[in-house]
Amino acid sequence: MSILVDENTKVLVQGITGSFGARHTRLSLDYGTKVVAGVTPGKGGQLFDDLVPIFSTVEEAVAETGATVSAIFVPPPFAADAILEAVDAEVDLVVAITEGIPVMDMMRVKAGMAGSSTQLIGPNCPGIVTPGTGEDSRGGCRIGIAPGYIHKRGNVGVVSRSGTLTYEAVWQLSALGLGQSSCVGIGGDPINGTSHIDILKMFNDDPETESIIMIGEIGGNAEEEAAAWAAANCDKPIAAFIAGATAPPGRRMGHAGAIISGGHGTAAAKKAALSNAGITVAETPAEMGTALLKALG
Amino acid sequence: MNIHEYQAKDLFEKFGVPTPKGIVAGTPDEAREAADALGSNFVVKAQVHAGGRGKGTFKNGFQGGVHLVNSAADAAEVADKMLGQVLVTHQTGEEGKLVSKVMVAESVDIEKEYYLAVLMDRENQSPVIVASTEGGVNIEEVAEKTPDKIFREKVHPLLGLQPYEIRKLSSKLGFSGDTAKQFGRLLKGVFRLFMECDCSMVEINPLVTTPEGKVLALDAKFDFDDNALYRHPDIAALHDPTEDDPREVEAAKYHLNYIGLDGNIACLVNGAGLAMSTMDIIKYYGGEPANFLDVGGGATQEQVGNAFKIILSDPNVKCILVNIFGGIMDCDVIAKGIVAACGEVDLNIPLVVRLEGNNVAAGKKTLADSEVAIIGADDLADAAEKAVNSISS
Repeated sequence: MSILVDENTKVLVQGITGSFGARHTRLSLDYGTKVVAGVTPGKGGQLFDDLVPIFSTVEEAVAETGATVSAIFVPPPFAADAILEAVDAEVDLVVAITEGIPVMDMMRVKAGMAGSSTQLIGPNCPGIVTPGTGEDSRGGCRIGIAPGYIHKRGNVGVVSRSGTLTYEAVWQLSALGLGQSSCVGIGGDPINGTSHIDILKMFNDDPETESIIMIGEIGGNAEEEAAAWAAANCDKPIAAFIAGATAPPGRRMGHAGAIISGGHGTAAAKKAALSNAGITVAETPAEMGTALLKALG
Repeated sequence: MNIHEYQAKDLFEKFGVPTPKGIVAGTPDEAREAADALGSNFVVKAQVHAGGRGKGTFKNGFQGGVHLVNSAADAAEVADKMLGQVLVTHQTGEEGKLVSKVMVAESVDIEKEYYLAVLMDRENQSPVIVASTEGGVNIEEVAEKTPDKIFREKVHPLLGLQPYEIRKLSSKLGFSGDTAKQFGRLLKGVFRLFMECDCSMVEINPLVTTPEGKVLALDAKFDFDDNALYRHPDIAALHDPTEDDPREVEAAKYHLNYIGLDGNIACLVNGAGLAMSTMDIIKYYGGEPANFLDVGGGATQEQVGNAFKIILSDPNVKCILVNIFGGIMDCDVIAKGIVAACGEVDLNIPLVVRLEGNNVAAGKKTLADSEVAIIGADDLADAAEKAVNSISS
């Protein structure tokens, strides 16, 4: 078991013919991901790399291939429409990789998704990896842009708002011999589809996941909410790290959502909330893996 | 992105939000003409992106960035003392801000000051209107001391502002009759502006009522969603690069995400989360980061070279820490980029490099074989420690 996706998940890629989407589709195929369809409006009927059929609409792609997950690599001006198209086609999961979608667009998308059973991860995220058991963890499911080879099949659930910081954590875990059940990047935007707390719930319910690493950053209060939920409901050991202790207030630190505003969303407040919830907080980003070892006792 | 007061005023006019009459001036003569066109009592306001203008001081000794005057000649004289001068307020830092424009506006008699803002509320994922009967003061202090005087109204993202929501706020602020009607029209305009211009914040402080019974937006602060500027070229054109840190302006040209800080250990990192964490670990080991710099997930040799130039333009920098997690990128390509960049910029301060990920062995060999004196680091902690020690030793 894993959460959200596994090696049998059928994936379609919206924006498969763009350079970014194409490159990462190839890497996902090499990892063993079942990429069964691509969608690029106007290019229906063509084949991607002589292998993956391209459709002009998500509806057609789902009807023909049975894809249940869509990965979105569509440029920001068209990304909100692409997400809504996937929701309309009733896929189970949409993973929006695109960085730079206007906040107003995401606000409308989220409101428009009310009542839908589709789960949205992202946007502005590295995606999801459920590692496989083959060489360099091949044979699993990689959706998005994370490097597959750093992973190792195992029992740690990873959830993070950041990209490269997640890779750093996974790298540390694999080096310590701690494999992962699933690694989920929820994205660095102020309005996103899935929060830390949603993923914590899934990991808590997943029999394969035995412990959890949660990586957060300054801005908003998603980590505080997750900490409060975990204290009351989560029976698995959790380690955490919060990035941005030295970030100046009022400045956006790369991610659109990483900003301390009006004294709220500081790293110190988040770390305190996590510690109070019984979560082992890594003092530095170099100690994420060892913090989990500590949490495991 | 922020804009100037006179630009905010233009936007307000476009959306039917009443403001006092005002004209922007770039020379004392223009200030005189503006005053002549306005009437008898004016206020001359220095145009900078910073609060506390009224209590600020110019570096030429002139006191105050906001002056009441009652003749066109006085308006010109005050403008002459402000234009081309640097204004220091509690928000500008001691370096201050250069004033290249002033606004001459009609002076308004105030009956009462209020606060009104529309913000993007990330927790509720919707716009929220914040209003208060306490205007003209720091709203965060009001929120702390008298939270009952702050009223919040969440607006549905798809339904938009409803008449009943306006009535609720109007009633809480104590407006009735014609004043309530004027407030309603003003709020509708502000909300439409917020939505149509992709704002993340429109803050009117103060909103005022006058003895003649008018409701006016006296001063405003805007913040726009940078990700949406591509669809608002008219708003993007309002950006005043002289308001920004010159290093940040330069970095933006190369699509580098850079924020200048006060420390002396520069960092160059791929990815925003890892870049923030690198600053954090420098501090943890007793150093002070000189900047935030994210070269992006897919950094190229050219990007790395540009990043080095930006970093080294900061005279405080005494050491550089490069932290790259080459996930998909080939570490050897990055290593070659670092070596090439060092050759171009004639580096004479310690350079600590931590490289990890794809093809890392080849990358480390490239660094070791180069003629550049690079301090290699095994992991993030080792890198931070070596960077801090390279300065103290």
